[in-house]
Amino acid sequence: MLKKSLLIGLAAGFAMVTGALAADPIKIVYIGKNTGNPYFDSITGGFEDACEKLGCEFEFVAPATAEATSQIPFIEAQIQRGVNVIGIAPNSPDALNQVLDAAKAKGILVLTVNGDLVGNESHRDATILPVDFTKTGPNQIELTGSLIGYEGEIAILSATTEAPDQNTWIAAMNETLKNDPKYAKMTLVATVYGDDQPEKSTTEMEALLANYPNLKAVIAPTTVGIAAAAQVVQSRGIADKVAVTGLGLPSEMRDFIKDGTVKAFQLWSPYNEGWLAVHFALGLLDGSIKNEVGNTFEVENLGTIKIEEKNAMNTQAELTTFDINNIDDFNF
Amino acid sequence: MSASEMPSAPSSQDAAPPRPTWQVVLVRPETMTFLLLIAGVFAGSQLSPFFLDVAYILRSFTLYSEFAIVALVLTMVIIAGEIDLSPAANMALSACIFAWMQQAGVPIPLAIGIGLLSGLAMGALNAIFVIGLQLPSIIVTIGTLTLYRGLAQVIAGDKSIRVPEWFIGIDKVMIGGIPLPVVAFILLAIVLGFVLSGTIFGRQIYQIGTNEVAARHAGIRTARIKTGLFLGIGLVAAIAGIVTASRLGSVRYDLGLGGELQMVLMAMLGGTYIFGGRGTILGTFLAAWLLVIVSTGMIVANVLPAVQLVVLGVLLIVSIVATNFIYSRTQR
Amino acid sequence: MNFLRTLLVRREAGIAVMIVLFCLAVGAVKPQFLSLDQLRIILLLTPLIMIAAMGQMMVIVARHVDLSIGSTLGFSAMVSGMLYRFDVDWFGFDVPWWTGIPVSVVVGALLGFGNGVLIQLFRLPAIIVTLGTLSLYRGLTFIISNAKQIDRQWIPSEIKGLSQTSPFTFPEFLPIVGKFNIPWIVILAFGIAILAYLFLMHTRMGRQIYAIGSNPVAAPLRGINVTQVNLAVFTISGALAGLAGIMYASRWGFVNPSNTGNGFEFQVIAAVVIGGVSINGGVGTVLGTVLGVLLLGCVAAALPLLGIPGTSQAAIYGAVILLALLIDRTVRRQGIVSLKRVRP
Repeated sequence: MLKKSLLIGLAAGFAMVTGALAADPIKIVYIGKNTGNPYFDSITGGFEDACEKLGCEFEFVAPATAEATSQIPFIEAQIQRGVNVIGIAPNSPDALNQVLDAAKAKGILVLTVNGDLVGNESHRDATILPVDFTKTGPNQIELTGSLIGYEGEIAILSATTEAPDQNTWIAAMNETLKNDPKYAKMTLVATVYGDDQPEKSTTEMEALLANYPNLKAVIAPTTVGIAAAAQVVQSRGIADKVAVTGLGLPSEMRDFIKDGTVKAFQLWSPYNEGWLAVHFALGLLDGSIKNEVGNTFEVENLGTIKIEEKNAMNTQAELTTFDINNIDDFNF
Repeated sequence: MSASEMPSAPSSQDAAPPRPTWQVVLVRPETMTFLLLIAGVFAGSQLSPFFLDVAYILRSFTLYSEFAIVALVLTMVIIAGEIDLSPAANMALSACIFAWMQQAGVPIPLAIGIGLLSGLAMGALNAIFVIGLQLPSIIVTIGTLTLYRGLAQVIAGDKSIRVPEWFIGIDKVMIGGIPLPVVAFILLAIVLGFVLSGTIFGRQIYQIGTNEVAARHAGIRTARIKTGLFLGIGLVAAIAGIVTASRLGSVRYDLGLGGELQMVLMAMLGGTYIFGGRGTILGTFLAAWLLVIVSTGMIVANVLPAVQLVVLGVLLIVSIVATNFIYSRTQR
Repeated sequence: MNFLRTLLVRREAGIAVMIVLFCLAVGAVKPQFLSLDQLRIILLLTPLIMIAAMGQMMVIVARHVDLSIGSTLGFSAMVSGMLYRFDVDWFGFDVPWWTGIPVSVVVGALLGFGNGVLIQLFRLPAIIVTLGTLSLYRGLTFIISNAKQIDRQWIPSEIKGLSQTSPFTFPEFLPIVGKFNIPWIVILAFGIAILAYLFLMHTRMGRQIYAIGSNPVAAPLRGINVTQVNLAVFTISGALAGLAGIMYASRWGFVNPSNTGNGFEFQVIAAVVIGGVSINGGVGTVLGTVLGVLLLGCVAAALPLLGIPGTSQAAIYGAVILLALLIDRTVRRQGIVSLKRVRP
């Protein structure tokens, strides 16, 4: 560490001596929700590979815990370090407004990646989301329906009661169930919240089974929830009676798919979010992309990306479905 | 340290010459804190070329200033032989009550008043359990810490409550180039430092902490003074909570989560003796700066949060070993 | 009359009554709470806390406290998890599935011994030392794991099976108890409780722990090696936290550097205090602690069944701790007063 900082110090000194002749590489930093969260390993991989290919400096930092304010000192530090781009998965939709404004005032490009400042979009420049979140709900209902023959009682096991993404999806699920005659025989009997903790998600899942003996399927649109629900079903040996599905990480769900506890679940590619973020940021900085709604640009491996309403971009159109046939093709 | 511990009539045999002034100064725990502070500044500047910047350090101190303000009062509580682990939860609950009130249409000044009163009430509840019922403060405040934060979660749920635009930004108010919360911290430190070292009330606090039974026999109203300290820390925690609300612009139940550890760390690093009777405001004042310098230095150098946890843990243990060592030497 | 007095004085009876009343009250609203299925759910919620609570109880009886157990649990679980994950890279062969159990226990014991050394040799207060090691051990967990989670696929299925399979199952044709089984992990937890009981009640050192807690000053005068006993107590607490660590991997199927064991110390201390172990040292029983753990398990299982939102859970836990403290105080005072009254 000391050696590295000495080197950086030397390099900085050298740069000062030689003046601004040699252009510094663009510095990009991604601030995750917390360290030790396997989801971010994959996003970071996308950032790293894109930066290596396009020639920029990348660093990943994250606080030890994911409470609302824990990211603030990290953002302050990045402003102080003079980075060019801050990518962030915000832990709060509004507590970061002031410090992000300070970053923007310093000319730093602020992108939210894999989660947005819902209702406070003016405090960032653009957002990169894996899919169009209005499609997540219908996609999940369709998958669930296909698993239970479009008939029976279903329940939702979500993250926290105020998780903005999950609530968008749940609202869309309710809408789809109500309006699409295809799902007329499926009834949503309960929506419960496991707070993204394995213990809590497990007790909520057990309570669902006790309260609704005729339950046919549980949708858990959160990686912690789906693993906890699957484990309950596995230990009770009732996989043929209650289908578990939702959004999960292939690395965490592989065993459940292989032993038949879970037939299928969905997600997107977190890797591509990092990949897109770097391409978009560098394009903005060199002027080849204009950050205006309706503009399009090309990204290697992803095709044409369009800047949608509220400066939002998606890496893929529909969710990817994982099952026994393709689970081994994914290494995240 | 106190005069009463010295042998009243030393015989000629063991009469030692009085310690030279330099030695008295050198073996005080505050000196150790001060030296660590210097070392911290040096290490920080070695770790990152972006560290040594007064404006940045002051801005970073603002992020910890609320905890630092409470830690000053906590120092007095610990000197009096008690401990309070609930102020961080108190901050969250007071701020939630305040934010909830103003959102319901209560005028801001009145909402602030109610927030402060609820802080006082939380201090009173601690006092009832600790002084009225004679239960150990460590376990009582572990209980109330859970209760207060739990109540904040009941009131606010998992969502954040916005405060009006004009109320935001107390940390942007500068007095002579120093953010207002930092000024408040310095002023409070001067006032409490004077109270503790220069008044009869202050001396009584030390006596209670050294030997409560003896203090009571000496006519000191121990129950009244301790109750006052618990009420005081409750009120100051509520003020700190509302200051945090102004800095963040929004309130969520997890405001200040884990702050109790930081506060105790500040008091311990400053040489306050965990069993009471010893410690100074100056020590806590220096320790607050030390903690900020160390945390900020590591964050701006992009040191893993894990290393920060290790350094904080080691600092706590080293400081208490040193404090104990110093006190055992000066006691002879 | 004597029976009633015993009830009042014996803390354990009070908790048992509380558990029964609580379960009946919940059962009145939700009849499915009073089923063997729910009993299994409650029992499965408790083993980690019960194992660690046995160690914590000894620490508190000796008039200390161990706040570092959550991080000790995380670190020990991570060492075993990494052993399973990287065994082929490190040693060139797959380690047997049970390796994690002794490894976690030994690692936990070492961390606990570290606490004990700091506390005993430097004469430091346990609360501050373990607050420091809480942070230190958690940081080390991040460092050794490079902040990476050990996923489900690396945890051996035999380890995961301990939370699911049972050494014996009632035959299915039996009414009521048919299909009911008690998983290994629950049996292990109760086994540890029995060992703790035997150790505390029937060994010299067990009794010495109580003696130290009742009067730390007098203990050395009575020929007790305080250093040795305190070191043993913290080592045991660490070892049991380590055992709880590998059981975490069994129960939840993963080890995460950040979540595993985070906040665990509060649950365990709450259970121990509710179980009537006095924070002033010298007082406390294994039975009381077991009942305290079960009461917390009942509360945790009942809340979602009643549809009480998770956001109220912390407030209820806090209120239960304060209530337990109040009851503890009232019962003890009443008990002493009533005993005095009947003395001739």
